[in-house]
Amino acid sequence: MERDDLIVNDSYPLNAHHSEEEGVKIRKNIIFVTVLLTVITAVEVGMGVLFKRADTFSWEMIKWTFVTLTLVKAGYIVMSFMHLGEEGSVMKKTILIPYLIFIAYLIFIALTEGFGHLYNLTNFH
Amino acid sequence: MSGHSNDNVSSEELWGGGRSPYGISYGKMYMWFFLVSDALTFSGLLTAYGFSRAASEEPWPIGEQVFRALPGLEGQYPLVYVALMTFILIVSSVTMVLAVEAGHRNDKRGVVRWMLATIIGGIFFLGSQAWEWSHFIHGGGGSFLLATEVTITADNGEEYVLPVGEPIFMDHHFGEIAEAYSNGDASVNLHEHHGHVTLTQFGEHTHEVELHQLTIHKYIEDEQVITGDDIYTLWEARSESFTFGANMHENEYATQQSYANFFFFITGFHGFHVFSGVVINFIIFIMAYRGVFERRKHYEMVEKVGLYWHFIDLVWVFVFTFYYLI
Repeated sequence: MERDDLIVNDSYPLNAHHSEEEGVKIRKNIIFVTVLLTVITAVEVGMGVLFKRADTFSWEMIKWTFVTLTLVKAGYIVMSFMHLGEEGSVMKKTILIPYLIFIAYLIFIALTEGFGHLYNLTNFH
Repeated sequence: MSGHSNDNVSSEELWGGGRSPYGISYGKMYMWFFLVSDALTFSGLLTAYGFSRAASEEPWPIGEQVFRALPGLEGQYPLVYVALMTFILIVSSVTMVLAVEAGHRNDKRGVVRWMLATIIGGIFFLGSQAWEWSHFIHGGGGSFLLATEVTITADNGEEYVLPVGEPIFMDHHFGEIAEAYSNGDASVNLHEHHGHVTLTQFGEHTHEVELHQLTIHKYIEDEQVITGDDIYTLWEARSESFTFGANMHENEYATQQSYANFFFFITGFHGFHVFSGVVINFIIFIMAYRGVFERRKHYEMVEKVGLYWHFIDLVWVFVFTFYYLI
């Protein structure tokens, strides 16, 4: 059976070797992402400790800040650590678009049905 | 298996356009497809958690209140331990990227060294999780539920009307012997007189603890410590129902059992991923060490397991935010 992962083709990252000098640059970027992820986590914990949930308005803002920071962290992990940023655009779309469609649908349906459930509970029972 | 890995197949024979539009080997592509489906599983779990929480009418426990212990240290360190676990996982993700980078330079020593560091990081994370589970299961000191409505004044001077079924939390020292007492341990005696509640455990070493303080609203924002005469009032109003720590049927953290169940399932499912990741990393480490990839002239297997390992870090970032932080 033919295996297409064995193709020696310059468009394949299989052979994307890099030199010692390029390695230094890549490692610098890795260190930068590490520090960024650590700092964001520390900021999140600090915010969680400092701010009270009782203040409804500001807590709502803080929750969205947490979600945004998490998505930033996720973006750096996927694009930099998992090298998705370096893959071709077809590959990128093949991975991201189906996932984003399904997850948007899942959140939509959970919110809709979730509130519907609360509505029935408070109004019809 | 590895014997044919260097065979060359012409891409013109396989793709009409002469080259793959994906520009990626099938091994990496299918690892990505697997990760997408696995990500949907975790998304489903976290969405279900959010749904349960939104639909809950009782107050939901707060991460900073529940997870604030450190091993061997007295005091309150909200989420510090979980942040430490996150840091361990981030660092082990970094050592994995460095292993992949070393692989791109065909640097066998580098790959072996960084893979080993990644495995050690993974083992540290698993150990931390074991401690956290153990702490969650054993709990803080347990709680009892009120059988009648009680009005008390907290240490901050405010008056609280506590309804029937309100959980009242004991401290660690009292809770330990109270657990044996509530389990019907015959060596534990209860003394109540002049507003003092004392538990005595007879044995090789006799332990005696007096009830000095109780806590209300322990795992939600408005935590209050109760001392003085109100302790006896609350103790008198207790029902038969005691809860210590957490298991699959009850937990002291919340009236909703789904809180504990989601903890066990989400962190457990993630922990299982970490465990399998460590095993897979170990296999690849051995292969790299024995020079299998050196003979193959590429370290793509390291990249594939690297993808899986980074995914574990990615999931933890979301678990950390949605389970612990929000």
